[in-house]
Amino acid sequence: MKRREFLKSALAAGATLSAPAIFSPAKAQSRQETLLIVSESGPNNLDIHGVGTNVPGYEVSWNCYDRLISHEMKTGPNGQPYYDKDKFKMELADDMKLGDMSVTFKLKKNAVFQDGTPVAAKDVKWSLDRAVTVGGFPTFQMAAGSLTKPEQFVVVDDNTVRVDFARKDRLTIPDLAVIVPCVLNSELVKKNATEKDPWGLDYVKQNTVGSGAYKVVSWVAGTEVVFERNDKWTGGPAPKVRKVIWRMVPSAGNRRALLERGDADISYDLPNKDFVELKSDGKLNIISTPYSNGIQYIGMNVKNPPFDNPKVRQAVAYAIPYQKIMDAVLFGLAKPLFGAPANAPTEVAWPQPHKFNTNIEKAKALMAEAGYPNGFETTISFDLGFAGVNEPICVLTQESLAQIGIKCTINKVPGANWRTELNKKALPLYTNVFSGWLDYPEYFFIWCYHGKNSIFNTMSYQSKETDTFIDGAVTAAANGDKATYEKDVEGFVDQAYADMPRIPLYQPYVNVAMQKNVSGYAYWFHRRLDYRTLVKG
Amino acid sequence: MLGLIAKRLLLAIPNLIGVVIITFLLTRALPGDPAAYFAGPAANKEAIEQIRVKLGLDRPLPEQFVRYVKELAGGDLGNSLTTGQPVVTEIRNRLPASAELTLFGLVISISIAVPLGILAAVKQGSWIDHACRVVATAGVSLPVFFTGLLLVYVFYFLLGWSPAPLGRLDVFFSAPPQVTGFYLIDSLIARDFGLFRAALSQLILPGVTLGVFSLAPIARMTRASMLAVLGSDFVRTARASGLDTRTVILTYAFRNAMLPVITTLGMVFSFLLGANVLVEKVFAWPGIGSYAVEALIASDFAPVQGFVLTMAILYVALNLIIDVLYGLIDPRVRLEG
Repeated sequence: MKRREFLKSALAAGATLSAPAIFSPAKAQSRQETLLIVSESGPNNLDIHGVGTNVPGYEVSWNCYDRLISHEMKTGPNGQPYYDKDKFKMELADDMKLGDMSVTFKLKKNAVFQDGTPVAAKDVKWSLDRAVTVGGFPTFQMAAGSLTKPEQFVVVDDNTVRVDFARKDRLTIPDLAVIVPCVLNSELVKKNATEKDPWGLDYVKQNTVGSGAYKVVSWVAGTEVVFERNDKWTGGPAPKVRKVIWRMVPSAGNRRALLERGDADISYDLPNKDFVELKSDGKLNIISTPYSNGIQYIGMNVKNPPFDNPKVRQAVAYAIPYQKIMDAVLFGLAKPLFGAPANAPTEVAWPQPHKFNTNIEKAKALMAEAGYPNGFETTISFDLGFAGVNEPICVLTQESLAQIGIKCTINKVPGANWRTELNKKALPLYTNVFSGWLDYPEYFFIWCYHGKNSIFNTMSYQSKETDTFIDGAVTAAANGDKATYEKDVEGFVDQAYADMPRIPLYQPYVNVAMQKNVSGYAYWFHRRLDYRTLVKG
Repeated sequence: MLGLIAKRLLLAIPNLIGVVIITFLLTRALPGDPAAYFAGPAANKEAIEQIRVKLGLDRPLPEQFVRYVKELAGGDLGNSLTTGQPVVTEIRNRLPASAELTLFGLVISISIAVPLGILAAVKQGSWIDHACRVVATAGVSLPVFFTGLLLVYVFYFLLGWSPAPLGRLDVFFSAPPQVTGFYLIDSLIARDFGLFRAALSQLILPGVTLGVFSLAPIARMTRASMLAVLGSDFVRTARASGLDTRTVILTYAFRNAMLPVITTLGMVFSFLLGANVLVEKVFAWPGIGSYAVEALIASDFAPVQGFVLTMAILYVALNLIIDVLYGLIDPRVRLEG
């Protein structure tokens, strides 16, 4: 073989080597109509009413089922589409009439389930009955809007459903627009239900039986979920993407490589550092949105010494290295909730920044006043499931608290054990996140600060004044008494920031990275993807 | 031979009973409360209790154990809570993926390590001996996740030669009809060569990653045992009788050097199944290792028990095969057995 021929053949070999990146035209066509999403973990159940359905499962439910009502869109804080919590739009319902103690829905006449059966009032009632009866998370979420008994859901005629209010509660209507009150094909489920399992949990776990815009055509747990568009959908404008493939890629580095190589279309759970770098590269669209009604905080157990002393808690609040956490842990991808100007008025809003800043001198003085001039020893705990953010926060806090004499040992709690530990309410000092689907200040405070001590009141905080303010705000909201409501909201926020049982650090961001040719991303309270508005190409 | 196999299988029974008891107790001793985990972030005490009752975790331990053994006897390993699927189905689907990857990695490793080891022994002290030492040391000191990520970075991200690390197949291929569960074999049975190529190209990087990791023990063991054999009397006699070097080395020396190599292969295969866990994570491989680890993180008992049990059965089978192979290679073992 001559040298020139050899070079030629080597070149040809090189060309065939790169062949896997080139696709046949037919494949390219289906690629164009298909959206490939990569994320760390996938659903464990396609039914949001199931036992222990995980958060990725919510995404399936949202896209495959309809609710009576949903939300309109508005422009969010980052200039991107954002759900409008105050404006509702009809999804399965054609019309909503709000009475004094009930609300009546007329169903869309042409709405059908994915198997072609028309959606009837009995399906709606059966589905809502299911949500309030099966127990666990769905029942709990329904109760948050005072929807607790099957008797509250009444079939008026084939096409009309009435929801009776147990009491006046302004969260009832928003709670009908969350993921849980989705409508299932009741006849189909009943056919596949057994005596032991009257609500067909086993069947709906594996099959999507709604009227939603997408249906799951294949699901390999832990590996992939494949969705196809339901062309019979009546809930809104027809979605543009025909097929969605959602693959689980556990390694964050590979998810990033897939995006940068243009093989994956969307990913949303990359480390903050990757998002910052991808943003500055400019090759991808990166959209960051603060969690609605969500806060990462440092909590303290106020039942036991030394954190039962408000002076100690204030000292800690002065010793947290807020800015370092923002820069070194989050790379700026979060909304700070600290360091409001001393004269800033309290707003009728939540989350809002508190007035503490890092000030070691003040912290030391407060420790001395509290009777701990030499500090004390304690442990700071975090959930290993979110170690990427939690661990550096705890290390920085440990370092900073050492300066005022508080010696912390770091306690890493495995993800499976975290909720058990929180439920015991015995951890002295810890970091955690809480976020509520319903974006109302009093909703956050009922769960996190009220003396009835729900599991999210991880500090065991008890305050008569706070309880009065919260209860007042709930009643005022139900009755539309704006002045009292505002006064009460300001009251409980002030109280929380004076007593400081938990120290808000920041509002985390939902970061979504997508190819430049993908558009139509919208932020929802559940923070998962809505495939219905996404467009490729 | 059959007697040997039967005797071996009988001996395995107490082992398996032990494994069943220990896995049951160990999973119960794990920290973490599955009921609290699966009740979700918003659950209150009652909701957690409801789930505990649903899962049967409120019953006393002996009762749970009896139920577990009963179900096990019926071939039911329970349901995984993290993936929501029966453990038996999951293991049946995932074991071939892990086995295909491990065997592929082992084949790569053997085809490099054995010749390398022989050459190193024959030309002791030469550059090839040193090369063998360097390759083996480097291979064993690089953690698999690192080699894996490095290979992905170079061959997928920079060069674009390798397909996206998205598991066993590119998203636009669908799996061949299942016969063996090995995609390479099944795609050939289905006569779908495009699919075979796709499955092979997905296998190469993870296979090489595993192969590199297991080079060291095989190459070193081949070298050592070849050296011992090459120094023995019968090799000297063979040489003295004027047999050509090739025959001496391959027919006489290597066959006798194979016993320790086979033993090492058995060990390597078992630790590759373990090393798989990390490789599966890096390459999004839907194998049994990543399944078990995820279950462990979530205190999901059933898959962990199922995994350990499957592995125990695999080891018993593997040891049996190695023993049988011994007999085939070395008649002396057969007589004693």
